[in-house]
Amino acid sequence: MKKCFGSVILIIIFLFLGSCADTTSRSTGVYMLLDSSGTYTQELKQAQAIINYLLGTLQSGDSFGIAKIDSASFSEKDIIAKMTFDKRPSVTNKQKRLFKQSVDTFLASVKKGSAFTDITGGLLQAAEYLNETGAGKKYILIFSDLKEDLKKGHIRDFPIQVPGCEVVALNVTKLRSDNVDPREYYGRVQRWEERVTEGGGHWRVINDLNRLENILGS
Amino acid sequence: MSLAGIFSILPGSPLTSGIMALAAAVVLLYLARGPAHKAIYSLSRVVHAGFRLMARSVALAEERVRNRNKEVLLAAGADAAERLIEREFQRVEGVVKRDLSQYPSLHRVLADQVVHIDEDYRESAEVPIPPPDWVKAVDSLAQLESKGNNWLGSILTEVHKTAVTQHKTTMEEYRKAVGKRHAILEKMRPYWRKVSQTLEDVGKTITGLQERATYIDNRMKEYEEIRNKTDKAAQKLTSSAMTQFFISALVLLIAIGGAVINFNLIALPMSEMVGGGSYIGSFKTSDIAALVIILVELAMGLYLMESLRITRLFPIIGQMDDKMRHRMIWVTFTILLVLACVESALAFMRDRIAADMQALRQTLAQVEGQQVAFNSWIPTIGQMVMGFILPFALAFVAIPLESFVQSSRTVVGEMVAAILRGTAFLLRLLGNMARYAGELLVNIYDLLAFPLLWVENYLRHRKDQMDLEQGEIIMNEEV
Repeated sequence: MKKCFGSVILIIIFLFLGSCADTTSRSTGVYMLLDSSGTYTQELKQAQAIINYLLGTLQSGDSFGIAKIDSASFSEKDIIAKMTFDKRPSVTNKQKRLFKQSVDTFLASVKKGSAFTDITGGLLQAAEYLNETGAGKKYILIFSDLKEDLKKGHIRDFPIQVPGCEVVALNVTKLRSDNVDPREYYGRVQRWEERVTEGGGHWRVINDLNRLENILGS
Repeated sequence: MSLAGIFSILPGSPLTSGIMALAAAVVLLYLARGPAHKAIYSLSRVVHAGFRLMARSVALAEERVRNRNKEVLLAAGADAAERLIEREFQRVEGVVKRDLSQYPSLHRVLADQVVHIDEDYRESAEVPIPPPDWVKAVDSLAQLESKGNNWLGSILTEVHKTAVTQHKTTMEEYRKAVGKRHAILEKMRPYWRKVSQTLEDVGKTITGLQERATYIDNRMKEYEEIRNKTDKAAQKLTSSAMTQFFISALVLLIAIGGAVINFNLIALPMSEMVGGGSYIGSFKTSDIAALVIILVELAMGLYLMESLRITRLFPIIGQMDDKMRHRMIWVTFTILLVLACVESALAFMRDRIAADMQALRQTLAQVEGQQVAFNSWIPTIGQMVMGFILPFALAFVAIPLESFVQSSRTVVGEMVAAILRGTAFLLRLLGNMARYAGELLVNIYDLLAFPLLWVENYLRHRKDQMDLEQGEIIMNEEV
């Protein structure tokens, strides 16, 4: 009888420990920046597939945010959707549906691209959001051609801080000028890699969008 | 100084230096031959003795393990035989209580039947026909001359008629009496049958008891062999333990498969209860909670089997008084039932969550919503039934587990004994190798110093020969 009661108490202790356990250290945080400038808006259709893949991959307790990159991106106003999924899978599914709905609405509303591209501001905003979530694994996905074009007066020429973040550049398209001088493309990618690495982050480039499973892989 | 420099006795003449060095080495080896041989033999003897000692220790350990194995095996065998015999005696007791305890009433019934049969038999006894007294009168009349006497003829005719009438009446009465007796005998038939049936039942019972008695006798012989600690009994029990070990391991593997399926059935819905993103250590809390539920089911199964006295893993449960044991049975069964219901509900929840996830994936993949499959409730009900049955199925794991634990003692013991035996053999082999290696080293040593040894042998042979010749000369002179 004592052993029987002991087992029941053990379950209760386990369940209690389970409810009190740390939830943040093992969760994943993903922040995706969508370049909505100029001709790159035509590429946003591909971004939708990535977002859908991420929604299918992320689990309960993970965080997901999407923001657009426009003339001045260091602002909460540019966030399209952000969510930390509930611990319960059924609620998580509902949240994912709502998330998808928000993204679909945004993508349908994009008609004309912004005049400038503030990637640095978006990165800073992403790092801030991910640090707030307290996620164990932090990913910043930049869906852009990485060509920064700042508005006059905006200062972005300083070292960025993205410690512990995996920064993944997706679908880095070649510009017309890159075709003339490919060194410009490699130089652009190299510059961003240096900025991210110096800021404490890890840098990766994925241009083959048929291999989406590599995005959250090492 | 280099090695070449050390052996360079005559500078500029390496060959001569080498030969001189070799000669010096041979001389040194020859001079040190006696102590070197002793040292090599001592070393080889020490190593040999060390290995032999270790082999002896290991062999003793193996013997102890073997004795312990035999003790354990015989104790387990004696226990099993006692249980078997006890159970057989209980069965015999049951038969005796059920059938032979009613023997007085049975005897009474048989006596009543016999009385009935006896009475009926008496009633059916043939009553002799009364002797016809008038036959003598008829004989006398028949001897009278009736020729010419019409009156006498008419009298005889009348007498004849009367006799015929009387004969008919008597015959009818006789037939009636016989018929009555037959009816009585007819009534006796069920009594006979009943008696026959009763005796047949008693006969069967007695035969069954005889068979059981023979079985018990055989078991008792085995038990006596175990008590006498014969090798035959130990060998038989070892073989039985090996068989039990493999069979119970197989059943346990099947049970583990069942537990894994059970785990997968409840792990996902548990995340709905304890959270999908929380961890204990490096494991998900929902997985641990599911595992704990399965382990508790196993524990309840063990307690239930113990309370039912099917297994004997926890003697304290088996030693409880019957009232407490019955309470324990009901408590463990109730907990198992509740857990089975919980699992069934979790299986239902799992089906719903899986369907929701599937729908979400289809939405994300931008696939058109598929129609709900016909009879889609079948997998749901199947999962619920599995969730309900698996806890009870897992409860029976206690039986193969007990068998596995008990047989593994013997099997592991035998394995340890075999390993020790192998080690002892290896150590003996190494000891012998060390001894022969010493002899080999001595021979190699002699081979290196062979020139001087050859000279020594030659001189000794020469001296012997000279002694022999001198002796022959002296003998010749004496002759």
